[in-house]
Amino acid sequence: MNLHAVRAIYTFEMARTRRTLMQSIISPVISTSLYFVVFGAAIGSRIQHVEGISYGAFIVPGLIMLSLLTQSIANASFGIYFPRFVGTIYELLSAPVSYLEIVVSYVGAAATKSIILGVIILATAGLFVPLQIAHPLWMALFLVLTSVTFSLLGFIIGIWADGFEKLQLVPLLIVTPLTFLGGSFYSVDMLPPFWQTVTLFNPVVYLISGFRWSFYGIADVSLAVSLAMTVAFMAIALAIVAWIFKTGYRLKT
Amino acid sequence: MPPIISISNLSKTYASGFQALKRVNLEIRRGEIFALLGPNGAGKTTLISIVCGIVNRSEGSVLVDGHDIVADYRAARSMIGLVPQELTTDAFESVWGTVSFSRGLFGKAPNPAHIEKVLRDLSLWDRKDSKVMTLSGGMKRRLLIAKALSHEPQILFLDEPTAGVDVELRRDMWVLVRSLQSQGATIILTTHYIDEAEEMADRVGVINKGELILVEQKTELMRKLGKKQLTLHLQHPLERIPAELAEHRLELSSDRSELIYTYDTKSGDRAGIATLLKSLDDAGVSFKDLQTTQSSLEDIFVSLVREGQ
Repeated sequence: MNLHAVRAIYTFEMARTRRTLMQSIISPVISTSLYFVVFGAAIGSRIQHVEGISYGAFIVPGLIMLSLLTQSIANASFGIYFPRFVGTIYELLSAPVSYLEIVVSYVGAAATKSIILGVIILATAGLFVPLQIAHPLWMALFLVLTSVTFSLLGFIIGIWADGFEKLQLVPLLIVTPLTFLGGSFYSVDMLPPFWQTVTLFNPVVYLISGFRWSFYGIADVSLAVSLAMTVAFMAIALAIVAWIFKTGYRLKT
Repeated sequence: MPPIISISNLSKTYASGFQALKRVNLEIRRGEIFALLGPNGAGKTTLISIVCGIVNRSEGSVLVDGHDIVADYRAARSMIGLVPQELTTDAFESVWGTVSFSRGLFGKAPNPAHIEKVLRDLSLWDRKDSKVMTLSGGMKRRLLIAKALSHEPQILFLDEPTAGVDVELRRDMWVLVRSLQSQGATIILTTHYIDEAEEMADRVGVINKGELILVEQKTELMRKLGKKQLTLHLQHPLERIPAELAEHRLELSSDRSELIYTYDTKSGDRAGIATLLKSLDDAGVSFKDLQTTQSSLEDIFVSLVREGQ
């Protein structure tokens, strides 16, 4: 294994985060704080407790997930798209680096950033609402699995995109709506029965439900189903990445 | 000694149906400077890109020091440094950072002393902390060479290394390439500047429309295909070429003050010069000066490519 290459790419990508600290870390923290102010303090104060938890605290897992999903995709997609766009990808393709090493380093760096971001948002949330984490190891597991899975998805988008518009297309038109409609701000039980059934087709429901369970021990779907769905998404993403490298899709002619 | 690169029956057809390479066979000798010449779209960059792993081959095989470029890509690629044609750089990274990145990417442990040497050799040391986007075009070109040399490759591919580079920097690069060769590196360069190949190369390959039409030792190529002309500046203009000089196939210049004698270097016509000079003396034709000219690699290249069309 070319560990020097893995370290070089990983370090390069993390250095990019430091250079773009404002958009990578600070801006998601500010927008999350705004969510707390608006939904937690202003509107939340007029909403009754949800399943025994104050509304401000109830939305914390959903808000972390919202940032985690969008930032994982943004970081990983940009990380691989930019070298394609400016042409420096030639160096990666001509280097003695395996496909596995490329994925591990790019996706690893993007997931690391997301995990750091998730922890920062969690700490920020602690300033606004009293927090409790019932199952910290499960929380960490969901944090890591979700970050890796959506960084893989971002990597796929970064390979697929042939313009900056497409880079934004999936996060804006698919992931953000699915996250908003996936129980970030409400419990699925609060919906009419028909919409409860529809919601179960939204994959993000399972991520948020499992993550919220690790905080408060309450869930819209069972923990096993949440975990199985998260692992299933990861397996699908890995299969697509494997296919990309096998065929050289959008990388090699 | 076995060749350092061995290309056999290499073909490339792009998805569009365009056949960029047609059964190319080529062996690059260890330690030589090989110049690949060809017009735009001839297949030079495709050939380099396949060897370096950027483009997939359609057919054929490429061995780098005995390592197949696909089955044993790690061993093959770690021997190669590539300087691409386009000035593609990480705009926001520092010079030191991007060169160190390249070394790591190619599987080498950090070696600040080597990076410093490379940057000094390429006159980039003073700019080591500068962001790449602040460099001039010539500096970016040198930076790409520094990146390619960062992992101490044994083979260096230079794809149009002096395109858009000023004369002084071109000369500097030639000096650098020669010094790399003297350190044991094998260098393959593509160029539009024929004088560059003429100046630098040990051997020359000419590629046109995806076919390698000729590979030859440069001096041999110029000897075989080159023509020489002897121009005699006459003491007194001639009305016509005297009949006794007819056997020498001479031409008279339009102002009738010069006689031009053309001979092939390969046919050993040099002996004819002595006979010609004696015949001139016998015919009473005197001259005040003479000069010889030899066709350049450019003339040879143009005639080869024209023949292929």
